[in-house]
Amino acid sequence: MMLEMPALQFAVAPMVGSQPAANNKVEVRELTFHYGLVRALHRVNLQIPECRVTAIIGPSGCGKSTFIKAINRIAEVTDAVRIEGDVLLDGASVYSRSIKLVDLRRRVGMVFQRPNPFPKSIYDNIAYGPRLHGIRERRLLDAIVEQSLQQAALWEEVKDRLASSAMDLSGGQQQRLCIARTLAVQPEAILMDEPCSALDPTATGKIEELILELKKDYTIVIVTHNMQQAARVSDQTAFFLNGELVEVSETAQMFTKPVQKVTENYITGRFG
Amino acid sequence: MAVDIRALIAQQSARRQRGQELREWLIERFLLLNGIVAIVLIALIFIFLFKEGIRALEAIPLHRFIGSEVRSFLTGQKEFRMIWQPVSTDPKYSIVPLVVGSLMVAIPGTLIATIFGIGIGVYLSEVASERVREIAKPIIELLAGIPTVVLGFFCLTVLATLVQQLFHTTYRLNALLGGIGVALVIIPVIASLTEDALRMVPDDIREASYALGANRWETIWRALLPAAISGVSGAVILGVGRALGETMIVLMAAGNAALVTANIFSPVRTMTATIAAELGAVDQGSPHYYALFLVGALLFTITFFVNLAAEVVINRARSKLKL
Amino acid sequence: MTANSVQPGIVVAAPGGRIDWRWIVSEFYLALVRGLTALVALFLGWILWRIFILGQKAVTWEFLTAAPRHGMEEGGIFPAIFGTVCIVVLMIVFALPLGVLSAIYLVEYAGKGAIARVIRAAVNNLAGVPSIVFGLFGVGFFILFIGRGLDTVLGVPAAQPLFGQPAMLWAALTLAILVLPVVIVSTQEALIAVPASHRAGSFAMGATKWQTVRRAVLPQARAGILTGAILSISRGAGETAPILFTGCAYFLPTLPVTEIFGVPVVNPLSQFMELSYHIFIMATQSTNVAKTLPIQYGTTLVLLGLTFLLNLSAILLRIYFRRSLRKRH
Repeated sequence: MMLEMPALQFAVAPMVGSQPAANNKVEVRELTFHYGLVRALHRVNLQIPECRVTAIIGPSGCGKSTFIKAINRIAEVTDAVRIEGDVLLDGASVYSRSIKLVDLRRRVGMVFQRPNPFPKSIYDNIAYGPRLHGIRERRLLDAIVEQSLQQAALWEEVKDRLASSAMDLSGGQQQRLCIARTLAVQPEAILMDEPCSALDPTATGKIEELILELKKDYTIVIVTHNMQQAARVSDQTAFFLNGELVEVSETAQMFTKPVQKVTENYITGRFG
Repeated sequence: MAVDIRALIAQQSARRQRGQELREWLIERFLLLNGIVAIVLIALIFIFLFKEGIRALEAIPLHRFIGSEVRSFLTGQKEFRMIWQPVSTDPKYSIVPLVVGSLMVAIPGTLIATIFGIGIGVYLSEVASERVREIAKPIIELLAGIPTVVLGFFCLTVLATLVQQLFHTTYRLNALLGGIGVALVIIPVIASLTEDALRMVPDDIREASYALGANRWETIWRALLPAAISGVSGAVILGVGRALGETMIVLMAAGNAALVTANIFSPVRTMTATIAAELGAVDQGSPHYYALFLVGALLFTITFFVNLAAEVVINRARSKLKL
Repeated sequence: MTANSVQPGIVVAAPGGRIDWRWIVSEFYLALVRGLTALVALFLGWILWRIFILGQKAVTWEFLTAAPRHGMEEGGIFPAIFGTVCIVVLMIVFALPLGVLSAIYLVEYAGKGAIARVIRAAVNNLAGVPSIVFGLFGVGFFILFIGRGLDTVLGVPAAQPLFGQPAMLWAALTLAILVLPVVIVSTQEALIAVPASHRAGSFAMGATKWQTVRRAVLPQARAGILTGAILSISRGAGETAPILFTGCAYFLPTLPVTEIFGVPVVNPLSQFMELSYHIFIMATQSTNVAKTLPIQYGTTLVLLGLTFLLNLSAILLRIYFRRSLRKRH
């Protein structure tokens, strides 16, 4: 599919509208990403503003998941990857040699497509992160667990059974547990890879509410194949196709007056 | 000319129909019979061991299997000793030294093998690169393929001298040497089962752990091993079973003293070695003969329950992860 | 960072220190498991190396083809090699058909019923029985019960038993029971590896169950079954405890061969010499260790070489088998 390329690389996409100029938590510059011999992303430029929700949309295989996995460098865990370009967190490159992956991933948390709690108790799931960082005192851990579960809107449902296995929770509860687990290490940004795709509509609704609440304190990037969801929760939306960023703009604008024809085609459901 | 296949088949079918159903039924019954042979065999072993073993209790009172009164040379007094000495004017049949002997070899052996085995399992599953793994796995399998008599021979001729020099032991053949030899047999078992258990843990868990900021060892120690704990425990329990049942290595390397001792540097006699050493010399029908079968029955029972425990634990592993 | 809603005092990350303990600890343990593996691999290498070095001096052509002389101090070990070959052949003749047919039943016919579960439990149990217990069973059941029973039925005098004494036949049966689980498990794996589509395709043409098994499944599983057979042979050649009292001898003046109508045939009722048994007796009961030690090493090298060759070919066969299955799809 031919795309009109250079003119639309909104290298610095000014937020049109009433959004105040915000700092960029994450900046992606000319990112090209290879899994082995396969090129998954090509020269992507995108800025992720602080304490806002950025939605990434696009058809299957367009590179959305790869994109966020390149930000917290979790892609490297399972595959051999090759990077050109850069990703900056608060102005510092996450691919520099001096960066500690362990710190990066604490600062940029991730929630996965399928809930992946550890086969441990609810308490131990949440306490996993803080314990890694040396927090041992029971009182502190209790407080962190309660706070994280409150933030994830799960506390009321599980406060009486923190010692029970996380695997006994429903899908939606497990996903909120995973969010609480991520919150327990106090990240600065949270990446969400289609967090609701395995959940029913009620659970999805709860998580969307949660996202709107969380964005007050955290920068959020959410990959979704559900455009209504993107329209509901995000401030800015980026459209990817075949590994390239086609268009990015304020959500309201993206869904009413997209600039690119191909964007319009995707949004109106002509392909996808 | 076109061949009317349908008609041809129809012709054949009618003829074969009746005979075929009968044949299929017979074949299935025959195959079932083959399968049942396994059940018959294990039942036979069980029955036979206990049948002959029970006769020992007719010839020898039960308490004699714990210990008997012996007149001490030193004091002239009668005292209670636990000795296995069936060939003597006053035969003694205490099985306690034999059981203790088996434990004296199995426990050190399993401890050593657990450390090495789990370490190797973790290495193969989580640390080694794919290329290294392709070489290392067959090597471990080759270790598993070495006949136990060869390992026993090696312990007897080479390791015994080494251990004696290292630890300044009085006896060249002792429980520790037996334990080391047995460990060599069990390490591949524990290593490959641990590796399997770790590989069964889904990648989800790894990703979750890394995404929270854990490093490689933290992920292995805090997330993966706990998730695989049932499989790993099962492996260790199976190792214990193997250690208790091992015959040739202990026969050749653990010494030959049927005495109760807690010193791993002294020679011991295991249940397995006792049977192997004495079966050739008994008269059929003598109390000694039946006593050996009793020891065999005891051994069979112990390993049966140990293997059962391992299976229960491993099955819990499977159901836990399938959630 | 905006709106920090965490209570003051709870600090989750403190990357201020210069020494990264977590990384150090992690690297330490990773090095530890590498070291443990290397240690075992090196130890194994040392064992093999030592046996090779000390054994290869003794392994000459004469060693492999001549009989022992002078109470094992000179000569060769041919009878032991011959006996080992005989016993494993006899063993596999008993174990392979039984094991393969049982496995076919378990995989193709049985499903999840009660009988299948009991059979599987029995097979697992057999796999866990200590080898000396098999030997005990062999003596008590095969030799004394069945053997003497046969003798009584045939009217053979008790002083000169025909069946009721240690013999290759009984030893082979004992070994066959021991390796039966190996055959069953590898055959099961080989059968399960055949994709369901093959069976479905066969049924769709109107084949019966047995026809499908025989023509569509078994041919594909051949390599896997062969692998299992080779592994059993390797196992059987290396086991000593089951044959200690069921048929092995340290020295026999002749090979276990008789003539039937002038044709030399292996006599399953005679005793036999065997490699692993030979090593055991020589190592523990040699009178002149200085002279027999090289022979001990040589015999060990021969046995080791034999089992290694067998295991290696089984492993290679398994790799070839997996690759060829993958190629066809």
